[in-house]
Amino acid sequence: MRRLLFGVLASLFAGGQLMAQAHVGQYEQADIAYGSTLYATYCVVCHGESGDLFPGVNLRSGVFRHAASDRDLRGILLDGIPGTTMVAGAYEDAELVALIAYLRNMDTEIGGVALGDATSGQALFAGKGDCGSCHRVAGQGPRFAPDLSDIGAIRSASVLSRALEDPHGSTLPMNRAVRVVTAEGTVINGRRLNEDTYSVQLIAEDERLLSLDKRDLREYTILTAWDLPSYDDVFSEEEVTDLLAYLRSLKGMN
Amino acid sequence: MARIALLLLLTPFGLHAQVSFERLLNADDEPHNWLTYSGTYASTRYSLLDRITPANVGELELKWVFQAQSLEKFESTPLVVDGIMYLTEAPNTAVALDAARGRVFWDYRHNPSNLSRPCCGRVNRGLAMLGDTLFMATIDAQLVAIDAVNGQPVWRTAVADPGAGYAMTLAPLVVKDKVIVGVAGGEFGIRGFVSAYDAETGEEAWKFYTIPGPGEPGHETWEGDTDAWQHGGASVWLTGSYDPDLDQTYWGIGNPGPDWNPAQRPGDNLYSDAVVALDPDTGELQWYFQFTPNDDYDYDAVQIPVLADIGLETFSSGRQMLWANRNGFFYVLDRTNGEFVRGEPFTEVNWASGLSESGRPIETPQPPGETTYPGVQGATNWYSPSYSPRTGLFYVPAWENYGSVFWPEEQEYQEGLRFLGGIPGTPIPGGPNVPSLRGDRINNWTEAVGTGAVIALDPVTGEHRWKYEMTDVTTSGILTTATDLLFTGGREGYFHALDAVTGDLLWRTNLGGDIANGPISYAVDGRQYVAVAAGNGLFVFGLRD
Repeated sequence: MRRLLFGVLASLFAGGQLMAQAHVGQYEQADIAYGSTLYATYCVVCHGESGDLFPGVNLRSGVFRHAASDRDLRGILLDGIPGTTMVAGAYEDAELVALIAYLRNMDTEIGGVALGDATSGQALFAGKGDCGSCHRVAGQGPRFAPDLSDIGAIRSASVLSRALEDPHGSTLPMNRAVRVVTAEGTVINGRRLNEDTYSVQLIAEDERLLSLDKRDLREYTILTAWDLPSYDDVFSEEEVTDLLAYLRSLKGMN
Repeated sequence: MARIALLLLLTPFGLHAQVSFERLLNADDEPHNWLTYSGTYASTRYSLLDRITPANVGELELKWVFQAQSLEKFESTPLVVDGIMYLTEAPNTAVALDAARGRVFWDYRHNPSNLSRPCCGRVNRGLAMLGDTLFMATIDAQLVAIDAVNGQPVWRTAVADPGAGYAMTLAPLVVKDKVIVGVAGGEFGIRGFVSAYDAETGEEAWKFYTIPGPGEPGHETWEGDTDAWQHGGASVWLTGSYDPDLDQTYWGIGNPGPDWNPAQRPGDNLYSDAVVALDPDTGELQWYFQFTPNDDYDYDAVQIPVLADIGLETFSSGRQMLWANRNGFFYVLDRTNGEFVRGEPFTEVNWASGLSESGRPIETPQPPGETTYPGVQGATNWYSPSYSPRTGLFYVPAWENYGSVFWPEEQEYQEGLRFLGGIPGTPIPGGPNVPSLRGDRINNWTEAVGTGAVIALDPVTGEHRWKYEMTDVTTSGILTTATDLLFTGGREGYFHALDAVTGDLLWRTNLGGDIANGPISYAVDGRQYVAVAAGNGLFVFGLRD
């Protein structure tokens, strides 16, 4: 059971979109539309159509690490972010207005998913779903499975929804489990954190961080899929929308 | 004695380096220097230095590190001339330093116009030198001549308009008294060209448009009465090669634009995705060979033309050009006339089932939504391969198991804006779309998205002699040496020395950052060094004293 639930929520770590409602209504529709064409020209190669292509950045989350206000966003668009691959751009005023309008409304522009009641969702997370027996939220819960404290900031509702519906199909390579047998015959099950030609870094079931030299291993297997039922069998349709609302409300420490 | 020589070198009244064309022609006679981007005009990245051997490579130790002040990508290959190293850091700062100690003599900072719109980072790949002048091609499409002694600018020429999407990222190539460059901007609907400038004055000597204009041969390959040819890309963003006996200079040409919508530009789209041979005095076209006609996939032929005489006299003149292309095929061409000698895939390819007798791909486009191999970044790219005349093998940095899904879209050209005609996607949900742009230090999607390799090809038979596999893809060039060592890096930050004959790993070290340039070797006072950039630093190794 523990393994099953881990797999389900591991699959929540998928690419995404989101519901940033805070600024809706503040921007002209024409600007948003123009902004989307500018986005497709200047931004899409690095940030992707869904705004989440660049690792650790989801433009649809409504949370920008280097900008709070529109004025900040304007500064970033013009000057870039030093020390990162975010480059400066020579935008005209109208282009800036449009790009910011689009960024602020990107999620609703691309499409949303029905969300229910977050408080009920939290109860389902802790109760019926027993999610907290594997997943950690805001410092509570075990750490072997992915920490969900900021899942709502890095994954869209539609991706979370798909993951609940089809956890098997939505499990990403980045959440793959590994099985290791050391030279001494010790078996270690872990979640892979990083890998290179010569070594692998993982978090073991007992929450130890391990870095292993591949040459020293008798066996190293990457498990590409989890054998999981759909969460549709566990939750009602309404409950899924509640759970999604709760997960979407998890925005990390920001 | 060595000490006196060094003092002479460092004093302004002494004999400072004068790099004549004669020296460039005979770069093999002074293997302690690295005089051009690719080492020599043949661009084999094969060093004749032999102090470091398979027997002692395990004793390599770090001699010095140069930390770039720029945190942008470090793709520069240094030049080394008589104990002085000249390199660039992004975007356009030239630096002269002591090649034995890493201490800096001077730096020259060109501040590029903020009109410049590079597609993929403000990178620069290095300098060229003639006499005591260095040449730097800038991201805002200027060519700058810099005094190699005092780091002062000598002249600056505007090569193209950065506001219209033109940029330069390559190291120039000096041939005779001219400095030859090409323009990037294939994602902005430019009309590409290769052009040459008088090394003394910066005056333009010639310009070869990589898209023929009305009335010129090849213009008919931009079919229909449209202006597609005026915005058809065909950029040139990597240094060419030169054959002094044939007096031809060779340049690889980039993708046609818009990148992913060939329907907007019917026809073969010459000279996009081709190699062209030009007369270095006039820029006149001698011959061309197109690898990917009417490209759907952004398969720039922006690789280094490697000139090697591999003994295929039966099939051609005996003067060959070896080319592992972004499109996944390895080609041998006759470089006297551009005739196709042989070719076969070197990684997984499904956009074409093979090559015809003339070298034209037999195309097998994948249905919409299906994965095309290789993916948009290609089976290889601009990372320099190497050819060792000792082993007779051609070494290619390759991406394997890497594909993209292509979605063409109609797009109207607007000056200065990206002109892409759609966007490729990854077949892996949540996977990296354009892995080379991510530079992520965490790689936990690896086996699903693509892996890296050094492939050793026998160019005579096409046979894969050996392969060294890496978990992540690689953006590192390759260096081989006269002692059958092969140096290369990768995205993981490992710097490896392999046995060039067998592919066995002989030594490695972790430099902790993406290696996105090509290693070089040089010597000062008889000591051989190997230098490679990783992350934001240049790391220089040598044997224990």
